Amino acid sequence: MEFLNNIFVYIAQWIRETLATLGFTPVWVEVSMAVVYLVAILGVCTLAALFYVLWERKLAGYIQYRPGPNRLGPNGWFQTIADAIKLLTKEDVVPSEADKIVHLMAPVFIFVPTVLALAVIPFGKGMAAVDLNLGVFYLIAVTSLSTIPIFMGGWGSNNKYSLLGAMRAVAQMVSYEIPLVFSLLGVVLITGTLQLQGIVEAQSQVWFVLLQPIAFLIYIIAATAETNRAPFDLPEGESELTAGIYTEYSGMKWALFFLAEYCNLFIVSAMGVTMFLGGWQGPFLPGWVWFLIKTHLLFSFFIWIRWTFPRIRVDQLMHFGWKFLVPLSLANIFLTGIGVYIYKNGLGWW
Amino acid sequence: MDYQVIAFWLLSFITLGSALSVVFFTNIVHSALALIVTFLGIAGIYLTLHADFLAAVQVLVYAGAISILIVFGIMLITRGDGKMAETNLFGKYKYTAAIVVTTLFGVISYFIIRTPWSIETAALSENTIGDLAEILLADYVIPFELAAILLTVAMVGAIVIAREVKNPK
Repeated sequence: MEFLNNIFVYIAQWIRETLATLGFTPVWVEVSMAVVYLVAILGVCTLAALFYVLWERKLAGYIQYRPGPNRLGPNGWFQTIADAIKLLTKEDVVPSEADKIVHLMAPVFIFVPTVLALAVIPFGKGMAAVDLNLGVFYLIAVTSLSTIPIFMGGWGSNNKYSLLGAMRAVAQMVSYEIPLVFSLLGVVLITGTLQLQGIVEAQSQVWFVLLQPIAFLIYIIAATAETNRAPFDLPEGESELTAGIYTEYSGMKWALFFLAEYCNLFIVSAMGVTMFLGGWQGPFLPGWVWFLIKTHLLFSFFIWIRWTFPRIRVDQLMHFGWKFLVPLSLANIFLTGIGVYIYKNGLGWW
Repeated sequence: MDYQVIAFWLLSFITLGSALSVVFFTNIVHSALALIVTFLGIAGIYLTLHADFLAAVQVLVYAGAISILIVFGIMLITRGDGKMAETNLFGKYKYTAAIVVTTLFGVISYFIIRTPWSIETAALSENTIGDLAEILLADYVIPFELAAILLTVAMVGAIVIAREVKNPK
């Protein structure tokens, strides 16, 4: 049990010791470990995306009362692999009037914030690649970079639909970042730490979803908007903008955007689990199994939202963000602050 | 050689190179993108100085927010497909710019040379965020709040100016 709980920590330790006995100097051990962590993170990211692309299609089929992909392999489980091979062998089309470098760099850069964010997520006890003091703040900072590749893609394609999609995406992501950050602040106020492991450990008695229910709801809504998924998928609204920023992308470039979208949704779910649902805490099973189960459930919840609600309009989106979510999240912080103060100091006459 | 020194040179090279690209690119969108690289390079230099909070703020505020503002501005004002000569009409004043830049460079160099740089040997605090909070919210709370009020006033002013006019007379 204890062994299963720490299996990945032991593996990391074993690699570290083996490298040291092979005659690596401490600095090179650290560098090699960084490479190992990077490979692990990319592996988690790709596997999660491959699995969840299929899972979303299956679940969407179930919600819409149709079978979903069911031809390739047992129950259609090889569909994504076939799709990946198709995308890899597709012709790479670059529009002749496109800003070629920017157009080609956008799908590469879209992965930078994703991988940077995965580096701090605690998959289990002691299972974060880097456990930063500034965890939450670092995560907010690096995810704020994800608007730039989207703008690059929209601009570099030199297509009116792409540019309109990019403008919408940037406006939406900037607007909904504020309630997202504010919703996380409530949890930070309670724990008094920005370290993700510390936040998970603070939830050993009670999950913060119970102490911060409003913040959790705001987080779910803002995270859906941040990842540009329905009902907030205006940047790629098919009925208005063909495919928005992805209009001119084909083959592997499009696949990279697609992969990044699912990775981002995975991160958002993992973050929600870490901040509100107790992270890797849970009885009987090893911590990382609990983490994966909870992340899976939250991810499925996002899929459920997507296939249930219709897309909203641009003005509704902005009004909802600025006139409802921002004041609500501010009020939540205010009330949490008062609550924390009273909890720590009492009321004075009590 | 010390790894910190290597990191410093690499980051300075990236920062200065991308800053030069901002000036020399002929397409204003490319300039804006190069500016983001400059911001990130500066964040890296903060990291080599163990100022991790400042580095995160640099990424969040400059690379994540201010660059987006610039990008928005560019999307609204570009002419001629983003060519610098057509979009940035102030780009023509070479001599004025030379005077301003030389003066600024002179002033900054003067202060850098005059400052008696002392090397702190005391150990760095692990909890940078807590210490910063103490300084900002206890010792310097009034300037901090004043800055917040100033920003709010600026934002309200911008909204009042930009608001759509209902029933124009």
